[in-house]
Amino acid sequence: MAPSSPHSPDTISSVTDSICAKHANTDGALLIILNAVQDELGYIPKSAVPIIAKQQNLSRAEVHGVISFYHLYRDAPGGKNTVYICCAEACQAMGARDLMQHASKHLGVESHQTTSDNLFNLEPIYCLGNCACAPAVMINDTLHAKVSPQNFEKIIEEARKT
Amino acid sequence: MTQFYVPSDSAARSLGSDKIATMVSENFSDCSVIRNGSRGLYWLEPMVEVEIDEVRHAFGPITEHDVESLLANGTPNEAHEKYLGVTKNLEWLNSQERLTFARAGEIDPLSVEAYRSLGGFDGLEKSLQQSPQQIIDAIKESGLRGRGGAAFPTGIKWQTVADADGAKKYIVCNADEGDSGTYADRMIMESDPYSLIEGMTIAAIAVGADEGFIYTRAEYPQAIETLEHAVQQAEQTGYLGQNILNSDNNFTLHVRKAAGAYICGEETALLESLEGKRGMIRYKPPLPAIEGLFGKPTVVNNVISLASVPVIMNKGAEHYKNFGSGRSRGTLTVQLAGNVKRGGLFELPFGTTLRHVLYDLGGGTASGRPIKAVQVGGPLGAYIPESDFDTPLDYEEFAAIGGMLGHGGIVVFDDTVDLGQMARFAMEFCALESCGKCTPCRIGAVRGVETIDKILKGDEVTANQKVLEDLCHTMIDGSLCALGGMAPFPVLSIMKHYPDALGTGTTKTR
Ligand SMILES: Cc1cc2nc3c(=O)[nH]c(=O)nc-3n(C[C@H](O)[C@H](O)[C@H](O)COP(=O)(O)O)c2cc1C
Ligand code: SF4
Ligand code: FES
Repeated sequence: MAPSSPHSPDTISSVTDSICAKHANTDGALLIILNAVQDELGYIPKSAVPIIAKQQNLSRAEVHGVISFYHLYRDAPGGKNTVYICCAEACQAMGARDLMQHASKHLGVESHQTTSDNLFNLEPIYCLGNCACAPAVMINDTLHAKVSPQNFEKIIEEARKT
Repeated sequence: MTQFYVPSDSAARSLGSDKIATMVSENFSDCSVIRNGSRGLYWLEPMVEVEIDEVRHAFGPITEHDVESLLANGTPNEAHEKYLGVTKNLEWLNSQERLTFARAGEIDPLSVEAYRSLGGFDGLEKSLQQSPQQIIDAIKESGLRGRGGAAFPTGIKWQTVADADGAKKYIVCNADEGDSGTYADRMIMESDPYSLIEGMTIAAIAVGADEGFIYTRAEYPQAIETLEHAVQQAEQTGYLGQNILNSDNNFTLHVRKAAGAYICGEETALLESLEGKRGMIRYKPPLPAIEGLFGKPTVVNNVISLASVPVIMNKGAEHYKNFGSGRSRGTLTVQLAGNVKRGGLFELPFGTTLRHVLYDLGGGTASGRPIKAVQVGGPLGAYIPESDFDTPLDYEEFAAIGGMLGHGGIVVFDDTVDLGQMARFAMEFCALESCGKCTPCRIGAVRGVETIDKILKGDEVTANQKVLEDLCHTMIDGSLCALGGMAPFPVLSIMKHYPDALGTGTTKTR
């Protein structure tokens, strides 16, 4: 879950090529490749799709189908950080609905959107495994517990600085 | 030298344990710090332990201000405001039966040596002295049933795979843990990963598999990282790879990251996903045990099912089976979550009542208000009212009240909850996560959301309640898998037990 930003076509093709080459002998490697591309570039660029399709012996449509099926794949660059707000039941029991609304207002974006300064994507997520310390938020790979609206603003400020 | 323990579990870290670990090192320069896993007493995290004369003393929850005074004259400061007592005497641990979670929170999760010192790999060694059939018989005898939700007997599944034709077989661990309110799988992966590796290795020996996969949800980055390290270390120390412990058994284990689709927790969708495809449900038969990953016979088991295997092989089927009630043998890892005062993991023999768990262990709600409802068994589980709290935690007893234990998650709601919205959420979640293969689920869930919206607006309430009920039954009867087939259960349970939540009692029509 790396930050995402636009990349040059050369970077995209060289990164994708080398990831594909690394997994050329692995059966059913498509998810491994997509995960690796997204980890490296922050999203799965459109121009990576034909490269992956060719190497995996699939049609472009099949690769697109897989990308669109899974919630965590992005097909366009987003902000530097991704803010995941848990909206599942245990977090709802502790105020996640209000937190999501507050986050949306505080960042000035709706779910699945990116802030205008390109710093934050806002994503609802369904369970982070921190359900005993709800509501839970994850920023990139860092998990937060018992996030009140005030806490939320604080952790966003910290993330802004890094 | 005084030994400190500060948990590295991701939930403990989310409560600030990294900072505490740093401060402990700075404050007590002549002491050493082990980053252990968590015992799952999350309301006490970060729980710091101080070991002296081989006795561990617990303090928690520790904030930055508490660190300096943890020691008095070089010994655990028993007068400290956060002093909890000798760890092994803590009533929250004493009241549990820690079989599967015996080591979680005790040790550095990645230390093979520490794992060994607490009985780790003993189950594997004993298994290597037995025939594969004897291992399968022991698992059958133990009464272990799948902890992923469906509660299918693990030994019978293994037997099917062992008996299936073919030289190539796989062991797949379902670590997709998608249910809200559950984190037991995460805890095993982060706090005692070798127990999962050992369980999978024993499964491989039992059914004749030489390759395995752990399919872990992407939302658990720390679990993935820990597992990857653990697999490497197990390979280096001869517990994985070729000629395991100098036997002629080989087992190669891969850790795979998912990509955020709840449906991929269903075993056939999971196999599709492992094959690099969309997570679409497969028709059964064939069972994965006969035609699973890449068409080969495959064991698919939940993390907790597999991590319970070593203790069964080490202490014997009889020992494990002696815990429990009725046909639910052994222990259930209860995970208390949501609006609960003492949220955390409690490994308990089956048969404990829900009430005991909610009040005696959980301490009621975090808000101090009355409990209105609990959802047991994840997003497809029923909402259970106070009048059913005396039900024992037992697969059959729960089925009898229209509920399910599932993976053991219990989400608590106080009386401020809007259950009409929770019913709506059940349908919304189903619509969001549907794989799309069958109409009752794909279309039904969307219609369910619309109908609930109408009811909540007061729009022809009685007629729409009827529509909703019919829709629920269509989904239950006509869905291919349990996502569409069970998403109506939370809705129906709310309609039944909380008639006001979805408009009954109001005659408002437009
Ligand atoms: C929609 C859906 C989601 C599921 N999610 C999970 C999951 O996250 N983890 C899991 O172990 N089992 C899950 N299951 C159950 C699996 O299909 C399967 O029964 C289980 O992996 C078998 O392992 P076990 O016998 O050890 O429980 C899910 C089932 C359904 C229908
Ligand atoms: S019930 Fe839903 S998730 Fe299951 S197979 Fe049908 S469409 Fe897919
Ligand atoms: S429900 Fe939010 S972390 Fe599990």
